[in-house]
Amino acid sequence: MIQEEKYEVAVIGAGAAGLCAATVCASAGRNTLVVDREEHPGGILRQCIHSGFGLRYFKEELTGPEYAERVAEKAERAGVRFRFGTTVVSIRREENGMLAITALSAAEGVRIIRADALILAMGCRERSRGNLAVPGSRPAGVFTAGAAQRLLNIEGILPGKKAVIAGSGDIGLIMARRLTWAGIRVEAVVEIMPYPAGLTRNIVQCLDDFHIPLLLEHSLVNILGHGRVEAVEVAPLSRGVPVTERKFRIDCDTVLFSVGLIPENELSAEAGVELNPATGGPLVDSSYETGVPGIFACGNVLHVHDLADFVSEEAEHAARMVLRRLDGSSGGSGQFPVRVESNLKYVVPNRFLPGCGTRFAFRSLIVCDDGVLEAEQNGKILLSKRFSCVRPAEMLTLELPGSLLKEPGELRFRLRKGEEI
Amino acid sequence: MKKRDLICIACPSGCRLHAEWRGTFEDLNITGNRCPRGAAYAGRELRNPARIVTAVVRSSSAEHPWLPVRTDRELPKPLIDALLNRLYRMRVEIPVSRGDVLIENFENSSVNVIFSSTTTR
Amino acid sequence: MIYDVAVIGAGVSGASTAWRLSRYQLHTVLLEWRSDVGFGVSKANSGIVHAGFHHPLSTLKARLEIRGNLMFEALQHELGFPFRRTGILVAAFSREEMVTVHKLYEQGIANGVPGMEMCGRERLLQLEKKLNPEVVGGCFAPGGGTIEPYRYVFSLVESATRNGVCLKCDFEVAEASRAEDVWRIRSSSGAEVRARYVVNAAGLFADRVSGIFGAEEFTIRPRKGEEYLLDRSSAARPERVVFPVPGAHSKGVLVIPTAEGTTMIGPTSDAVDDKFDTAASAEQMQRILSHVRNLIPGVSPRDLITSFAGLRPVMDNEDFYIALSEKAPAFVQVAGIQSPGLTASPAIGEYVKDLLKSAGLPLLEKVHFAVELAPRHEVRHESPAALDRLHSGNPAWTHIVCRCEKISEAEIVEAVRKGHTTLDGVKFYTRAGMGRCQGGFCAARIMRIISRETGIPMEELTKKGGNSRLAAGRLGDLPVNTAEVRGGEGA
Repeated sequence: MIQEEKYEVAVIGAGAAGLCAATVCASAGRNTLVVDREEHPGGILRQCIHSGFGLRYFKEELTGPEYAERVAEKAERAGVRFRFGTTVVSIRREENGMLAITALSAAEGVRIIRADALILAMGCRERSRGNLAVPGSRPAGVFTAGAAQRLLNIEGILPGKKAVIAGSGDIGLIMARRLTWAGIRVEAVVEIMPYPAGLTRNIVQCLDDFHIPLLLEHSLVNILGHGRVEAVEVAPLSRGVPVTERKFRIDCDTVLFSVGLIPENELSAEAGVELNPATGGPLVDSSYETGVPGIFACGNVLHVHDLADFVSEEAEHAARMVLRRLDGSSGGSGQFPVRVESNLKYVVPNRFLPGCGTRFAFRSLIVCDDGVLEAEQNGKILLSKRFSCVRPAEMLTLELPGSLLKEPGELRFRLRKGEEI
Repeated sequence: MKKRDLICIACPSGCRLHAEWRGTFEDLNITGNRCPRGAAYAGRELRNPARIVTAVVRSSSAEHPWLPVRTDRELPKPLIDALLNRLYRMRVEIPVSRGDVLIENFENSSVNVIFSSTTTR
Repeated sequence: MIYDVAVIGAGVSGASTAWRLSRYQLHTVLLEWRSDVGFGVSKANSGIVHAGFHHPLSTLKARLEIRGNLMFEALQHELGFPFRRTGILVAAFSREEMVTVHKLYEQGIANGVPGMEMCGRERLLQLEKKLNPEVVGGCFAPGGGTIEPYRYVFSLVESATRNGVCLKCDFEVAEASRAEDVWRIRSSSGAEVRARYVVNAAGLFADRVSGIFGAEEFTIRPRKGEEYLLDRSSAARPERVVFPVPGAHSKGVLVIPTAEGTTMIGPTSDAVDDKFDTAASAEQMQRILSHVRNLIPGVSPRDLITSFAGLRPVMDNEDFYIALSEKAPAFVQVAGIQSPGLTASPAIGEYVKDLLKSAGLPLLEKVHFAVELAPRHEVRHESPAALDRLHSGNPAWTHIVCRCEKISEAEIVEAVRKGHTTLDGVKFYTRAGMGRCQGGFCAARIMRIISRETGIPMEELTKKGGNSRLAAGRLGDLPVNTAEVRGGEGA
């Protein structure tokens, strides 16, 4: 018999987002369930054994497993229920407005879980070599940075002896140090952009500490080797195009790819949730509600964050919005669109409610040391905020109080370099 | 006057620090930091660079064959290799709790290695 | 033990030959030099069951293609591999191209291709809504379709071995001699097999194997085809296999709705020197994209999940070479099996069986032949109620290991227990790791399961056998010495 059960709030994913959102809901007395395919809470944090987590959220420096355990303990204390080892295979909204998820687990077989509100917190996945169609043969020894991280930190397996890392995202930088600390030689980190994709501190402590070369404006143009990787070919870029006459060979047996993260929204899309091409995550209103009533989203499934701390904060905020909806407040009606203009890749959320204070998150498309972020509505600048260090790798946030967001009408954001003003 | 530019790694902000000093570090002057931890980091980095070290150690658990550990504070850089090589040779019995001390006062550095997760099975 | 027949090469040709022979009272051995079956030419096949209008009946390949095409329903019923008759259409974008389409149509009619149809623009757009609206016309053959080539090979070999064929992987033929009407075949690692008859279905290396047996001298030239795979969510997935108007040496770059729900674009067709050169290139990707976007404008590089390349084994006259050797006794050549070899393969098996019979091999049908393979359950195709029933028999059915393709632990264990003990073996048998994350999440989990089932330590597992080790050892095997790295101050 397929078992069925009902909750007020169901959360998919027990990473930082899901755990923090669930804690808020359960603390408010809502019957809350978190479903996760792993046997333990924490998601990817469990394999992120390095430190650097929690400085904002816990006011102390923690490793990924510590951060995960701390947020999981908070959730348990709040009375959150868990189903681990449980994979959600479909989500649908039933005719009566109830949300139903079908979940599979070895322990319980097939289970239908219904809820008044559903919070998507599935996180993201890594872009792979295949997504980029990197030329070359297909030997063993090509990993995403996260897959290599799992092999080393969870399984204690050395992915190779001599590595090249493609992409300077934070996971790639962290893995450069991890590989070095495992006795593996890291020959180079190759980045196509003229600036690194990861946080500056990670360049310092993961590359500079070990004199690992960071090849900016270079591209991996070939992977060589039949059984196992034997070498890669790297070429400098000129206006984004590899200069193949100047390509050079780096002998290695391992290639890691750290070339970006993609929010995991296949389940969401199947449930009818509309996605934002700029983020890969759902379009949400200021309540973090998606286009499907009752389905909310937060954390990396919504847009890729650079810090787990920001994920926790956003999840708590989204969960408070879920509680308001359960308490009977109206949904997305009466909301107005939010757009980004120059120099910004995206904004989250994508709608706002006049009179209601809202925190907006952005990704810059430019690098500058003096940026001004402006909010404009109906031809008026509502607020502008200066940022001393603007990097595509680092999320920007702007809080607009309800007192400024009074009027109806489209809200637009733009980013300017300081000297332009 | 000696000068050095540093990037603070105390938090993700990555402040660009500028340090100036004469022969000794007694008159060390740090600018560019947005919080006191920046000044502290620069002072330590110039005198005796140290890092938080994280690693995994082999365990008796079938489900978690390797357990995460870390130093409870920054370990001087020259000791890091020795610590890692020692950790990879160890094997620990479960259960262990987060914060349990695995190695006390490593090489008289007054740095301890602690478990960073709780494992019961 | 002296086998009646040794088949060299467990690709589609060798596998269908062995499977065909398994119906008879024979001792047959199937020799494969790689670690798993179908891992050579067949693995990178486009997976098209061709309709039979591309080649004239004067060629052996056309005759076997037409016969083979008709055999797939029965084969699918018996063996259960993924196969769909989607229909094939050829789209022309100019009057000159329509001239070629007319020739193809007439060739199809002459070849007896069922349901062959000339189409105007409207009819083509009705058959395939995603087609570029600038199409001027084309032709349609409802009997063409798509198949998962490696699944097809696996199922042929699985049925053959269930019916008594002996499979030996990692057996690279190095030497052969004949005495007292028996071939003595030695592998490069010193193993030995003896057989009365030998079938050379060694794909790219059929020329070398022919030489080892002292048979005909010929040259197999590799012709590379690159393919790119789009995620199952791609909006560009067509209903039919869409061909351009063909060129001189290939059928062109196509858009293929694979039998498992993804979309494949390719293949290219370029002569190469190296029989191991399966590298993909940036130039070819751009070429493929521009070609297929002319057919189906919705194809987007954003949907790419992987790329690969395969090599077609080509004879100088471009035809199949299937014949009894005139130099080596009791030796059948099955060489030059390029496109449409997959389509022709069921007929190749039959044809080789008849050649063996004509050379004196006695064929007596078995009394007990297990016709059908037991149906395979796959979580992605089961209803919740059916899954719940599977779970009550074995909880591993509802433990999902590969999230992208919804592959359960039970499916992975089944693959390992059937002998697919490499990561690629499991991947091609189950689809675990074949989806949009390309194994990023599940590879370590699958390695754990293979290790648990086989007792091989995780760090010794391979991607595809041979020297394709997935890991370099255990943490602690390499000393940490950051001070020496690059001679810097180190950490």
